[in-house]
Amino acid sequence: MSVPAHELLALFGHFLLLSLFAIGGAITVAPDMHRVLVDQMGILTDAQFNASIAIAQASPGPNVLFVAVMGYQAAGFLGSAATLIGIMLPSTTLALAAARWSNARAHWLPVQAFKAGMAPIVIALMFATAWILASGAGQGRLWLLALVCAIVVWHTRVHLLFLIAAGAVLGALGWV
Amino acid sequence: MTSPALARPTSPSELFIAFTWLALQGFGGVLAVAQRELCERRRWLTREQFIEILSIGQVLPGPNICNVALMVGDRFFGWRGAFAALAGMMTVPLVLVLAATILYAEFAAYPAVSGALRGMGAVSAGLIAGTGLKLAGSLRLSPLGVPLCATLAGLAFVAVALLRWPLVWVLAVLGALAWTLAWWRLRARDPHAGKQA
Repeated sequence: MSVPAHELLALFGHFLLLSLFAIGGAITVAPDMHRVLVDQMGILTDAQFNASIAIAQASPGPNVLFVAVMGYQAAGFLGSAATLIGIMLPSTTLALAAARWSNARAHWLPVQAFKAGMAPIVIALMFATAWILASGAGQGRLWLLALVCAIVVWHTRVHLLFLIAAGAVLGALGWV
Repeated sequence: MTSPALARPTSPSELFIAFTWLALQGFGGVLAVAQRELCERRRWLTREQFIEILSIGQVLPGPNICNVALMVGDRFFGWRGAFAALAGMMTVPLVLVLAATILYAEFAAYPAVSGALRGMGAVSAGLIAGTGLKLAGSLRLSPLGVPLCATLAGLAFVAVALLRWPLVWVLAVLGALAWTLAWWRLRARDPHAGKQA
């Protein structure tokens, strides 16, 4: 757990860099995190790496927190600060600047065309995410559960936490 | 466009609390909850505005949902709002996920626990698909028209979900194509558009 200061700095620097490549979310650069933390620096095991992603998926909040879990398992609280602040700082600064730039030009044709053109793609990416999550889960009854939830969300206002809880209960009982 | 009057948060602390609550409901991803809370429950954004913000968040690097929080906060209270929304989204969940990490070793051994995680994973896939179905309704108003929207969406889905192509390339190629088509359609509709307001 004790990682020297210069390694923490190297970790921070590497995550700062990765932040700018993380189009589609931090999970898209997870392979490179694996390369650095597990293969190169050797401060995280393979099992810890996989557990980090699973723990963050199962916890409430944005999935990017898996980065903090990796940092914590590799180098304690300082490690989690180094990885999480590193992955967030460049991308948030850029997002804020881009949002202001496009808001200031909301009636400009290229900006309007961008929004109109991206809308179907963004929606398709949500279906793609759902597809990938469901195929990672595997067998038939899980697909059925996902499908039923999709229809319920589409057509009703049932509380989403209720659906999550139902999924947890069905899974714990071994029905799905 | 189609929505009745929207509400707005009264202070950055309201943003902080709203995003904390929203993040705490988001198991396996916050997107579905964000859409429900921001568009339907609190009515701070229309579905169209939500898709617009998500589009910008999607092409930029970084976690989409954190970019969405920043932009929503910024829209209402400038950088103070942006910071409040992002901090709300991250702070309490960070404490929880680190606590879960510390407890993980003890819980992982029970089959009921891994079963529950599996069930929750399938539900979160369903939540995202359901949210996508709901948002797809707003494409009826798109200047691209429904057939083109469906074609672009279908291509994006096949490329990312079935062929597993890297998102960067899909966005670069399909995004550029969609952008050009939308530009062309908007210009055909209103020949005077194109001058900066």
